[in-house]
Formats: sequence, structure tokens, C-alpha cells
Amino acid sequence: MRFDRTPLLIGAILVALLAGGPFLPQWAMFMVTIAIARGLVALGLMLLLRAGLVSFGQALYYCLGAYAAGALGRFFGISDIFAQMLAGAAAAGLVAFILGFLLAKYRGIFFGLLSLALSMILYGLLVKNEALGSTDGFNILPSTLFGIRPGPDWVRYAVFASAAVVALLLALAVHRYLRTPLGRLAPAIKDNEIRVEYMGASARHAVHVMYVIAAVLAGVGGALAATTVGHIDPDMAFWTTSGEFIFITILAGTGSVVAPFAGALLYGVIHTTAYDLSPNTWQLSLGAALLLIIVFLPEGLWSLFRRRVSHS
Amino acid sequence: MKKLVVALVAAMLAPVAMAQNVKIGVVTFLSGPAAAPFGVPAKNAAEFVVETLNAGKGPAPYTKRGFGGAAIEVVMLDEAGSTTTQVTEFRNLVQRANVDLVIGYVSSGNCLAIAPVAEELKKLVNFFDCGTPRIFEDGSYEYVFRTSPTATMDSVGAALYVKDAKPGAKSIAGINQNYAWGQDSWGDFELAMKQLVPNIEVKTSQMPKLFAGQYNAEISALMSAKPDVIHSSFWNGDLEALILQGGPRGLMKQSLTILTTGETAMHKLGTQIPDGTVLGARGPFGPYAPNNAYNKWFLGGYVGKYKEQPNYASYQMAQAFLGVKLAWEKAQDANGGKRPTNEQVAAALKGSTFEGPGGTVRMAIGKGHQAVMETAYGQTKLEGGKLTVVNVKRYPAEQVNPPEGVKSADWIKSGFKAK
Amino acid sequence: MNQLLSVGVDGVIYSAWLFTAALGLTLIYGVMKIVNVTHGSFYALGAYAGASLTGAWLARGYPPMLSYVVLLAAALLVTLLVAPLIERAILRFMYAKDEVVILLITYALFLILEDVIKLVWGVNPYFIAEPYALLGSFSVAGLAYPTYNLILVALALVAGLGLTWILRSTRVGKLLLAVIHDPEISRAMGINVNRYYLITFTFGSLLAALAGSFTAPTVSVVPGLGVEIIVLSFAVVVIGGLGSLPGAALGAVIVGVVRSLSVHYMPQVELFVIYFVMAMVLAFRPRGLFSLAEPRKI
Repeated sequence: MRFDRTPLLIGAILVALLAGGPFLPQWAMFMVTIAIARGLVALGLMLLLRAGLVSFGQALYYCLGAYAAGALGRFFGISDIFAQMLAGAAAAGLVAFILGFLLAKYRGIFFGLLSLALSMILYGLLVKNEALGSTDGFNILPSTLFGIRPGPDWVRYAVFASAAVVALLLALAVHRYLRTPLGRLAPAIKDNEIRVEYMGASARHAVHVMYVIAAVLAGVGGALAATTVGHIDPDMAFWTTSGEFIFITILAGTGSVVAPFAGALLYGVIHTTAYDLSPNTWQLSLGAALLLIIVFLPEGLWSLFRRRVSHS
Repeated sequence: MKKLVVALVAAMLAPVAMAQNVKIGVVTFLSGPAAAPFGVPAKNAAEFVVETLNAGKGPAPYTKRGFGGAAIEVVMLDEAGSTTTQVTEFRNLVQRANVDLVIGYVSSGNCLAIAPVAEELKKLVNFFDCGTPRIFEDGSYEYVFRTSPTATMDSVGAALYVKDAKPGAKSIAGINQNYAWGQDSWGDFELAMKQLVPNIEVKTSQMPKLFAGQYNAEISALMSAKPDVIHSSFWNGDLEALILQGGPRGLMKQSLTILTTGETAMHKLGTQIPDGTVLGARGPFGPYAPNNAYNKWFLGGYVGKYKEQPNYASYQMAQAFLGVKLAWEKAQDANGGKRPTNEQVAAALKGSTFEGPGGTVRMAIGKGHQAVMETAYGQTKLEGGKLTVVNVKRYPAEQVNPPEGVKSADWIKSGFKAK
Repeated sequence: MNQLLSVGVDGVIYSAWLFTAALGLTLIYGVMKIVNVTHGSFYALGAYAGASLTGAWLARGYPPMLSYVVLLAAALLVTLLVAPLIERAILRFMYAKDEVVILLITYALFLILEDVIKLVWGVNPYFIAEPYALLGSFSVAGLAYPTYNLILVALALVAGLGLTWILRSTRVGKLLLAVIHDPEISRAMGINVNRYYLITFTFGSLLAALAGSFTAPTVSVVPGLGVEIIVLSFAVVVIGGLGSLPGAALGAVIVGVVRSLSVHYMPQVELFVIYFVMAMVLAFRPRGLFSLAEPRKI
């Protein structure tokens, strides 16, 4: 059996991040943390993409995760970062479990559009809800770690480190999942669903499970993003946010569980560079950059690494 | 090789040499629908004010060059994009571009998100336009200021004007954008009207989606309901669409229509606005600005440079700069002529009073971090092809702003009780 | 009764506008199987071109009655300049790719076009009031409606019926139907499918531009105009069934009437009623109300 390099890669990245973190300038640490949060959502999307499904409404769970984490602080005064992530995961997972009964039956563009409609309904509900601040949203308490409130210099690192640990553990878990029979069903569903049914497996069940996993990942990502940015608003459920995640997923490619994080980081860099260099035409720069990447790197970012590996 | 070393050393020393300049981050909408009514007028005002101040040509007491003798260098940032993007870019402004302070933000959502970040990074930020009162009502800050009054003032002022201009009004209706700004504006207006006219009837509250653009159905609903007064906090494209679609159908003739941010449409859409429409400028700006030396300087200079009228966003940006300049210079004097720290500037800005093209600005509430001003409303009248305002009524600051320590909603509900 | 009548009129006007706006999107999907996000860009381009050209026309004192022709010409001009360019230079090479990738490409193009529009026309709003006011108004149920709205209804009817006639009765139309059903076989039969893609993309974008251009007199043309239309058109097209013309019509009518009802009777839900309808329709008819038959691989 081929040697599985991915856990090694994950471990190496984790060590690098944790060790190098304190030396990073704060703004860079912020960007990496956001990339980790977005990468988690993209990881879930990657999972669905392997089965041929694209969710245009993943922002639904991202937003739910964020609001769950925020609600913990606002209504219960809890600000422990792991509790926040857990709340995000739970809220997203629960909703996905319920909605999955409906969505697991859809394929192709209709899966995408129905998920879009659902995320926009959440958006509408949140905008109408003045108790939660409507479009202005509300701020979230800074995270504490196991009851300790880190000092202002360390709170960023604490969030960053927790994010890195949780995210990479989740990535490892997803990687393992993809090697299980249920996980391996994904590309089979993409290729020929009817044959999958003939083999005795339930495509619907597999899709439902994948959908919930993807939602949980997005929920954790949302909670992380909320505590990093410090603010939660309904925009997190808007279709343009979903669009960003899809872009990151396609950018990254489906080659490895680490790819979505790299893609998210690249997206963040491109976005910020566009703002910096062309404040009056950043949309053009962003669109052009993304177009170039899609055209010249059709397999996503990760194909750069894969090509090298296969040549050796 | 030597050249490289010299260049590197020069680059390392450069920040020290450039420290002569005061680097100010200016954040406002350069793209999207908010650019035309707020972002670009504000940007223009910022550029005009900075140019004038750097040349030492400001009106007294703003005569010193730049800020306390040091030239102002502006780093401009687009406020468009999600809150995540704005927070990211704010951090970059502070930690990568190393600005000395930040002036900006129109969107209330952004203001709410940025405030705690400014506190965390210990960087002075002056919100020049965003309207939500929540910033200083829900939290207290050392580094965050707002030199413009909140949106509460607009709604209360509107209600007072309605009572003055149409004392017999029995019913109201509203058409506001369905997001925080529109919801809060209508909410405050409705509350205020209920205090002033206890039996007022609310016929309908239309809340179309932001940027919907097509209001035929809403206008029909409003006209069928036949309210005495219609309130709207619409802005830009939506406001203009409302005027363009509602005017020909007689909406403004049937009901006294009050447009709380209407001033921004005045200059472009002037001849399309039916007579008698009430326009607000979010304070004593634009047509309601006092005839003082500062307004003469600002208005004349702005029109001279851009060949168009400044609107209230321009005025707000101008006074944001002036207020901070005064505080900076006061802090610098107290610091023996040396560059003041953000903490020292904050201490000087807190609770201060200064004069600008809109009149007197008093940092009176929010523990000295939030400004209050008087407000004014008037009605449009087309005279000789030019749009003017008549029937202007002014309301002093204490009548339209809550007192220190009292939340806006509570203040209105208590019947505008002064402390 | 009066109120119902005005609900009806409002519904019809809104539906007509929605239909014209969404028609191009469903056509392009039907033929090319791509979800075209630049649809919003063409709407905006049409609006800006219409507003600025008509504004210039009226400023020069030319007959205002001809301004409607100018609106038409503006939409045509801007589409013919931009659509073939996009299709030939970029999209043509991408048809083999996954649906989603093409969608993202059109999204990237949309971002680029947003800034191009900003560079050409700036951020200031454009408006031209004369064409709207010129035709006077008519009265229904005691409320005045500008007669211009009837032009929007007429445009919708002409576009819808015209397209249906083209597809059913002309040679080009029938060949297009063949391409819709199976591009591979069509190619094998000697139809120049690539040329039809170009024609379809251009025509679909023209419809969007026309919708934008004729809407321009009723609104203030501002940046971000295209974003709103994308989501609305999608909702209409999905409800009706991607690729179906009668579906788009029915979808537009449903959305228009539901929205009109909610505005008059329940304004609070107006915000998400369209997505709710979309979700409901998809829940019971997963492919929309009318959908094209699609073969399944076994």
C-alpha cells in the first residue's frame, strides 16, 4: 500500500504554524486564522465536490456557526473558544441533519440552487430580526481558553493556535473518512449513481452524511471566523459569501485535505493585494486573478504539487 | 552591491525620516451604490481639506500647516466588501501601513465591528458618518470617537418637524429599506411620533429590500392607504428611484413626504423633487449650514475645486478632520511641542467643542466621545429652475439628542426627558 | 376590490419586468447549459448605455419621442460590442469544463465588468426622466400609473412571443431547438453548434441589456444595479424550470403576484418571500415547474 503522506504533512504544518506563530506579525496571524476558518468551509465543500455536488449555500452553516458562537456569549456569557466551536458545529450539524432529508435527493445545479435559496432565507430571517441587530449584527466577546482570558498580546495567538489545532485535526479526520467505505462512495456517486444503488449502497444516505459533515466543518469555521473578526452579521449568509467559498474550493482543487487551507490563504492574499494596489478597481483585479487561475490551473492549486510528486 | 546596501539602509531609515508626516487612513466607499452619495463626496472633502490644511490655508483656528506643522499623508481605503474584509483591511492599515489614526466609515455594521478592534490595537479612529447610536450606548471606548450626531437625531428631528409643519396630522406611513438603518430610522420615527401625537395611526410600513429599485407596488400601497405623512430614510439609487417613480404619480402631493437623507438627492435630482417635500441633511449641513466663516471657506473651496456642491457626507468628513486636528494640536502643545500619542490626542478630543462648516460640534455624550449638533429640516421649492428650501426649522441639540448615559430608545419612550 | 385591482396591476408590471430580465438567462442555460452570471452585467451595461445615450440625445434637443428608439439602440450597441467578445475570447474555450467552473468563470467576468462599468461611467447616478414622464399616466382603482409601465409590459410580450415564434417557426429556431436537445448529435448532423452558441449568448445578453435599458428611465442608474438582478432572475428561472420559456413566464408571474400581494398585505415578509417560493417549488418539483427532459446515463 502506498505510504500515506498526508498525516505527516498535516503534522508538519501544525508544528510549523504553532512554532512560527509568535514570530508572525499580527496582521499576518489574523490573515492565517481567517484562512483556516475559510479553509474549513472549503474542506466541507471539497467533500461534496468529490460526489459531484456543489453547494451554493454553504454560507448558511458558516453563518449559523458564527451566530451560535455569538449567542453563547451574548445570552449565556460563555466565551471559551472550544465551546464556541462546539456550538457552531452543533448548530450547523443539527440544521444540516434536518435539511439533509430534503437536499440529499437533489443533484447537479438544483442541489446548488436549493441550497442557495435556503441560505438566503436565513439571511432574510436574520435581517428581519432586530433583537440580533439586523444587518448591523453584533460583536462577540473575545475568546477565553479553558477559563483563562489571555492578555491582549496573546489572545490572537491563542485563537490562532486553537484554530490551527482544531482545523488540522478535523482535516485529518476527513482524510481518514475518505478512506472508509462510505467516504469512497463519493466519486462513485459522481460517476454513476445508479450503479451505486445496484451495488446495494444508498447514495442518498451517503450524500446525507457528507452534507452533515460539510455543514459541521462550516459551522466550526463560522465560529472561528466570528471570534477572529470579533463581529457577526447576516452578510455571512449572503450568496456572495457562498461564492467566495466555492472560489476557494475550485482554486484549491480536490487533491488533498490540506489544499482548501492553502486555497483560502491564497484567496486572502489576492483579495488584500487587490485592495492595496488598486483601491479603485479591486474587483477587476480580483476577477482577473481568479479567471487566470481557473484558466491556467484547472485542477486547482494543488495540481502544482501533485505534478511534481508524480514526476519524481 | 554597495548601491544595494545604501538603498537598504535608506529604506530602513526612510520610515524615520517620513515620520515628519502624519499618516491618516481614510476609509469610505469608493465603489458600489454607496460611493456616489457618500463615499466620493466624502473622499473629495477629505482631499480638499487635506490640501488646504497642508498649505496652511485653513480658517482660524485651523491655520497651522497639516496637523501641528506636520504634513498630512492620506492612505485611502475602499469601504466596500464584507465586515471580515473591512476588519482585515483595518488591521492592515494599522499594522502594515502604520497609520497614525483612522477617519472613516459610513456603514454602521462596519463601525460596530471596527470599534473593538481599534481599542485592541490602541489606534484612534474617528467615525465620520455611520448612524447607529449603539456604538457608545452599548459600549465605552477610549480610542473610538464620532464627530457626527447619530441617526436618532434625524428621526426625532423629523417627528418634531412634522408636528410643526402639519400639526393636524393623524396618520403616518413609512417606506424604508429593510436593513438596520431603515428599520432603526423608522422605529425611532414611529416612537417619536407616538410621543408627540399620542393617537397617531400607523397606516403601513413598507420595508422593501435594500437596492430593490422598483417601488411601483409599494407606492401603490402607500397611495391607497392615504397617510398624512410619509417617512423615508432611503438613500441614493433607492431614494432617486422613489422620487422618480413616486413624483409623477403624485405621492409627494398626497402626503407630506419627509426624506431624512434627502439632501443627497437635491443637487442631482433637484428639478424632479415635487415642491413641499421635506428634506433632511442629517444635521446642519448643505442647505442648512450656517453662514459662518468655515462654511464660506469649505463651500467656496469645494465648489471651486470640484465644480459641484458638497453634500452632508462632505461636511461630516470635513468636520471630522477639523475636530481631530484641533485635538492633535492641543495635545501637541501640552506635550511640549512633540508629536502627541494617540492617548494624548484622545484625551484632548474627549469632551471637546469645536466649530466647523456645519456649526458647533460638541462631543457631549458617550462619555465625551460622541458628538451632538443641532438639526434642521425644510421643504423644497423650485424657484427659477433652482431647488431651494423654505420653511426651515432648526432644533437645538438638546431637543434632538439623548442626554449623556441614556439610550436613545429609552429617551424617546420617556417623552424626551432631559436629565 | 380596489386594492385587489391595484395588486393586480402592480403584479403585472413587476412580472413583465422580471420576465424580460430573466428571459435571456433561461435561454442561455437552455442552449448552452451554462449559468451565466454576466447576465447581471449586461443588464447594468444596458441601463448605463441607455441612460447616458438617451441623456445625450435629449440634451441635444432631439425629439423626445424618439428616445425610446435610442434606448433600443443603446442596448443593441453595447451588447454587440461586449457579448461576442466575451464569448469568442474566453467562453469558447471553456465549454468542455464542468458546469460549476463555467459559472465561476462568468462570475469572475462579472467582477471585471463591474469595474469596467465604473471606469467608463463613474460612480455617479444617471437618470433620464423624460421618457418616463412623456407618455402621461393612466388611472386604475383611483391610483395613477405612468403609461410608460405599459411599454415594459409590451416589451415582455414582444420578447416572449417573438422568441417563441423564432424557435417554433424559423429555420434558425428549429436548429436551435436541436442544439438544446443534444449538441453532440447536432454537431454530427452538420450544425455549426459553436456559431449557435455565439448567437445565443449574444441574443440572451441583448435581452438582459434591453431590460436594463428600458428600466433606466424609471430608476437612477447606480453601481451595483446588476447584482440585484442576478439573484432575482435566478429565482424566476429556477422556479419556472431552467431552459423553459413558458416556465420563465410562469415563474415571473408567480413571483410578481406573490410579491405584490405581500407588499400590500404583509410587507414584513417581502424580504425573503421570493426565496421561500423558490425553495417551495424546488421541494415539490425538483427541476422547476416546467423542465426539459434530460436523459440519464445508466
